[in-house]
Amino acid sequence: MHDISDSVVTTILFPSSATAVPGAWRRLKRNWSVRLGGGVLIFFALISLFAPWLGVVDPSWLDSGNINRVPGYSGSFALPSGENIARTFWMGTDGSGRDIYSRVLYGGRISLVLGISVAALSIVIGLTVGLAAGYVRWIDGIVMRVMDGLMAIPGILLALFLVALWRASLETVIAAITLTEIPRVARLVRSLVLSIREEPYVEAAISVGTSTSKLIWRHILPNAVAPLIVQATYVCAVAMIMESALSFLGVGLPLDRPTWGNIMAEGRASFNLFPHNVFIPGAFLALTVLSVNMLGDGLRDTLDPRFGRRGE
Amino acid sequence: MKSMIRFFVQRLLSAITVLMIVIVIVFMLIRLTGDPAAIVAGDSATTEQIQKIREGMGLERPLPTQFGIWFGALLHGDLGESFSSHESVARLIGDCLEPTLALALCTIFFAVIVAVPLGTIAGWRHGGWLDRTLMSFSTLGFSVPVFVLGYILIWLVSLKLGWLPVFGYERLSDGFVPFIRHLILPSFTLSLIYIALIARVTRAAVSEALIEDFVRTARAKGLSEWRVLIQHALANSAVPIVTVIGIGLTLLLGGVVVTERIYAIHGLGDLTVSAVLDRDFRVVQAVILLFSVTCVLMNLLVDLTYLIFDPRIRY
Repeated sequence: MHDISDSVVTTILFPSSATAVPGAWRRLKRNWSVRLGGGVLIFFALISLFAPWLGVVDPSWLDSGNINRVPGYSGSFALPSGENIARTFWMGTDGSGRDIYSRVLYGGRISLVLGISVAALSIVIGLTVGLAAGYVRWIDGIVMRVMDGLMAIPGILLALFLVALWRASLETVIAAITLTEIPRVARLVRSLVLSIREEPYVEAAISVGTSTSKLIWRHILPNAVAPLIVQATYVCAVAMIMESALSFLGVGLPLDRPTWGNIMAEGRASFNLFPHNVFIPGAFLALTVLSVNMLGDGLRDTLDPRFGRRGE
Repeated sequence: MKSMIRFFVQRLLSAITVLMIVIVIVFMLIRLTGDPAAIVAGDSATTEQIQKIREGMGLERPLPTQFGIWFGALLHGDLGESFSSHESVARLIGDCLEPTLALALCTIFFAVIVAVPLGTIAGWRHGGWLDRTLMSFSTLGFSVPVFVLGYILIWLVSLKLGWLPVFGYERLSDGFVPFIRHLILPSFTLSLIYIALIARVTRAAVSEALIEDFVRTARAKGLSEWRVLIQHALANSAVPIVTVIGIGLTLLLGGVVVTERIYAIHGLGDLTVSAVLDRDFRVVQAVILLFSVTCVLMNLLVDLTYLIFDPRIRY
């Protein structure tokens, strides 16, 4: 009985409250920032996904006969099987004779998996924390102060410390970076909850006795989707930079994993003679992060013009 | 006056709360993540060695007692002793303070004098080509990691052009010119993301202020566009701008760690990374604490500048 009246009231009085911004998809497809960012990102995702079919060799195999080859060098490459093949090193080789092209493609897998995992985890956990804080007063007081405390600690230092304590692996790096990103998401969700609760249609829904869970599903979440998607892209971008920074500092994933940060960290030693070892993975990283950020900017502009980025 | 005092007390209390929470988090970090003694001892340690370290660290006492002892020492400025060099952590930090402070201050100065005018122009020409160009550069600034930019600059400016030293740090006491020559590249590297952040906020605040009624009045009474922009739009944007400078400080201090590593500057960031690699967690803990406390205090300071910039709080 109560349920019926409630949903009737909701649909008649507030038809738009639970629907997405009208025409969002069409505007999205027209936005050049979304097109370019999304396109480049899909390109990077595809080449790292299909890396094994793109003429790569084992990314961790070292050929001592091909140390520090400059990009474009053609020569013979000794495979793990002992066989010699003719190969052009489009991106050169590093100080141990590993093929940079193969390493960079496989490195893309790690960066993308990590970026997406951190974004998804931070959004899910941040959403839960933010909803709880927005709804339950005593949780709000405690949890948001803890979030303030976490945010006062420079993210990279916190991640550095945690990864060193836990020993670096893909899981611990993801967990450490996620922890530094949760507070921002939680704050965003909390402020969304508080402002949406002030809206007349939500007050009306509360006054007709809508349950909290229904309120969250029908009003809060649909309104939070757009800002959260945008936030997720920024978290993803920051996470990829942070992972590389950790590797670069020597505390990230083990050196035998070909991450962009690791390739750069190893390339530092002979940087003045062979800068390609640093520049090529660096360019891949910067371009990927740039495409994620452009996608985020475009999404923000099309999905919700009111929603600003980083305090804007 | 009364509201001023209330504002001051309120901000002070919230800063103290955050400070206490940071201190508890930093204290707990090492204890929540397994046996601290085993972590400190490393992989090859025997059970007796671990036990000895545990006693040395006072880990067999109850947690609140441990915190009390640690916090009491902290209030006296005693940060303990390094596990690896057995030097006092406070002394280690003191030795590394100058380079980090110089780098951070130089970066903030540089970022502000570049970002505020750029953001003001972008906000003034909101939606125009100049605005769009500047904002694209700002997105680029968020995307190029500090260490990638650092190496591009080293390669271009130091190795190819030979204009500036590749790395290292010269103390101010050894002369101003070598000091600043060693700081230009690191500060520029570190400032990029900070510039992007401050410029964006300045742009948003200025363009918002420009559509306000008081700007229309100022224009109507015949003020020059320049004075409208500076005296009205920018002056009214001061609060968001100083706020973002404060918020960005966490970002900046994080970037210090990476930048010092690129340019081989033996400051606090370099000390931290070396300590992490040595598993010397007492040093890491102390630096994290120092950086976080700095951030909290600077943000408190920013809050207090509202009293100057925003007359609504004063009355």
